[in-house]
Parts: sequence; C-alpha cells; structure tokens
Amino acid sequence: MSHAAVAHHTSTGLDSRKIAFWTFIGSECLLFGSLIATYLVYQGRSVSGPTTHEILNIPLTSISTFDLLMSSLAMVLALAAVQRGDRTWTRVWLATTALLGAVFLGFQAYEFQHFVHEGLGFTTSLFGSTFFTLTGFHGAHVFVGVLWLLTLLVRSFQGKLGPAKALNVEIAGLYWHFVDVVWIVIFTVVYLIQTTPLPAA
Amino acid sequence: MTEHTDVRHAGEAHASTRTYLVIAAILTIITIIEVGVFYVPTLHAILPPTLIILSAAKFTLVVGFYMHLKYDHSLFRAVFLFPLAIALAVIVGLLFLFRVL
Repeated sequence: MSHAAVAHHTSTGLDSRKIAFWTFIGSECLLFGSLIATYLVYQGRSVSGPTTHEILNIPLTSISTFDLLMSSLAMVLALAAVQRGDRTWTRVWLATTALLGAVFLGFQAYEFQHFVHEGLGFTTSLFGSTFFTLTGFHGAHVFVGVLWLLTLLVRSFQGKLGPAKALNVEIAGLYWHFVDVVWIVIFTVVYLIQTTPLPAA
Repeated sequence: MTEHTDVRHAGEAHASTRTYLVIAAILTIITIIEVGVFYVPTLHAILPPTLIILSAAKFTLVVGFYMHLKYDHSLFRAVFLFPLAIALAVIVGLLFLFRVL
C-alpha cells in the first residue's frame, strides 16, 4: 500500500465509499439507458419541426467530443499527480479538466441556443423533447462535475488534498469518466448514426 | 493503524502516465475514424455496426484504463457491468417492442 489513506476496515477489504460510488454509477447506467432508449424509440416519429439531418452539426460536436475525451486524460493525470503528492500538477490537471468541462458546456449552450433559433424547442416535437432531455441531463452531469472539480481545486489550494485524500480525487474521476463514456454513446447513437446521410433516391 | 492496511485505496498503482497518453491517442484516432467513415458514402451501408463497434472500443478503453476497472477488484466490475447489461437489455427490448429494430 503506497499511501496511508484513511479508511475503515471492511468485510470485503474494499473501501465502502468506492463500492457505493460504483453502485451509483451502475444506477446512472440505468438512467441514461432509459433516456437513450426513449430517444431511439421516438426517433423519426416527429410530425413537425426540424429533423436530425437538418439541424445536428457533426463537425462542431466532433470538436466537443474530442474536448471531453481530453478532459478524461487530464482527470486521470490529476489522479496520478495527487497520488504521488505533486501538488502543482494536481492543481494544473484539475484546473485543466474543469476548464475542458466548461468548454464542453459552452459548446452545448451554443448548440441549444442555435436549435431554439432554428425552431427546435423542448416542446416542438418528439425529437426536441427527447433530444433536449437526453443531452440536457448529460450537460447537467457535466456541470455538477465541473463544480466538483473546482471544489477539489479549492481544497488543494487550502493544502487539504494530499496523497491521503487521493480517494476523493479518484471518486470524482470515476464520475467524470462516466460522464465521458455516456457522451461517447450519445455522440455515436444520437449524432453519427441518426444523421447518416440518406441514400440518393 | 494496521487494521486499515487491508483496505484497498486510491493510492494503488494502476497504469503509467505513458499508458494514459497512449490510450488518449487511441481514443483520438478512433474518434477521427468515426467522423471520417461518416463522410464516406460507400460505407453508409455498414455505418451503424461500424460506429457501434468503434464506440464500444472507446467505452471499453475509458472504463478499463481511465476508470481502472481493468486493474480493480472484480466486485467493482460486477457492480458496474450488471446494471450496464440491464440498461442494454432495456434499450434493445424497447427497440423491439416499438418495432424500431
């Protein structure tokens, strides 16, 4: 055991907080699975409003997807830094992760306001309702993640985030990476597959 | 404090920085391929299965290496994979129920 993290003896030998958080992530799988299923079931059944082919911007979303992937790299590097007791790089990578998360939210805000401008609101059509619900829930998770990362950053500046508290960063990292994998699925299912150009008649 | 030492902590070694960078490079390449095949008209017939396979590869890499599931205790894998399997079953089941598939 390389670090003297404070933890209680457990019957499994595993930290209870980590088991609890993996259980929470499992429940999140069910939440997003249901939202993705609902989106797919109602896909193509809208009777009004813009369609996926008309409105989704693949190049823009590809950039935001890359942004989120790189934030996962920054997150895992933050964890490595805190585990080896490197305060400077812990702060650098936590701040980078939070910044990339904020940039992703900026892309999403731009996309949402563009859609509304194009006539696609939450109540315009089944596509609008299911799309905004799915991506909105994901965006809310990113927002919570950014706040969490900023909290860790503040704790680091207070000198309260050393190797003994690495589990706090690891759990935040689990949350952040899960948000990333959910977007991996959304990008493929909602953006790429659903907007595949239709074959010429 | 000896009673504390049998609990697995975040301080355990998982993967090296080099591994994390390699994974990031692979994820970037897969994303470029995903977007690339999207714009190739001749591949549109096999686009959905291709994209799902590529997406699953990215999902597995992030969960396995960045979330450390590859290195962690099997209980974490079970706690994650069981609900994930249910979620996938729900998606497939609803798609069949609503005749999307």
